[in-house]
Amino acid sequence: MSLVNEPIHSTKHEYRKKYCRFKKSGIRYIDYKDPVFLLKFVNEQGKILPRRLTGTSLKYQRRVATAIKRARHLALLPYVGDSLK
Amino acid sequence: MNNKYETVFILTPVLSEPQMKDTVTKFKKILEKAGGKISNEENWGLKKLAYPILHKKTGFFSLFEFDAPSTAIAALELELKRDETVMRWITVKLDKYAVEYNEKRKSGAFKKKPESKETVKEEVKK
Repeated sequence: MSLVNEPIHSTKHEYRKKYCRFKKSGIRYIDYKDPVFLLKFVNEQGKILPRRLTGTSLKYQRRVATAIKRARHLALLPYVGDSLK
Repeated sequence: MNNKYETVFILTPVLSEPQMKDTVTKFKKILEKAGGKISNEENWGLKKLAYPILHKKTGFFSLFEFDAPSTAIAALELELKRDETVMRWITVKLDKYAVEYNEKRKSGAFKKKPESKETVKEEVKK
């Protein structure tokens, strides 16, 4: 979906190319044991961020979600928190 | 049909060092009896938990990566359940990408800046 051909709409919204970081960098496995990496996909309260904010594709968003849930089970990430970042 | 699995389990911090090592070797033996071969074993030591489990704020983390027939998993998990000193565990079946990742991790490809990573972790735990 490119806004470049529709100049009327693009005046408000500065066009920033959204991309899935996993597809771009070729990462295939998301490790649940790495809370530092998973913090990128979680907000300050520890809630999982929607993929429209992180730009992740559906396939990887699901893997990220399972990784975060496993990390929460192992108490590497909290279920509910505050000022996580 | 042997599959690759990974188990991470958390022991209570109340135990002394030799007791912890004993428990870890106990699970190793159970695995080997059931036909598993351990390819990697990691000990993360005492870590602060993100939320209290059984009223404890820290835990002793341990990791096994192994090859085993699918029947061995039930035997291992039964023992993990029975043992009172184990607070949490998770067993994950590894697909090919996971195995690749674990190899890289073992060989230290991800340990570029261990010091900065640890400081970030400490800040997070607060």
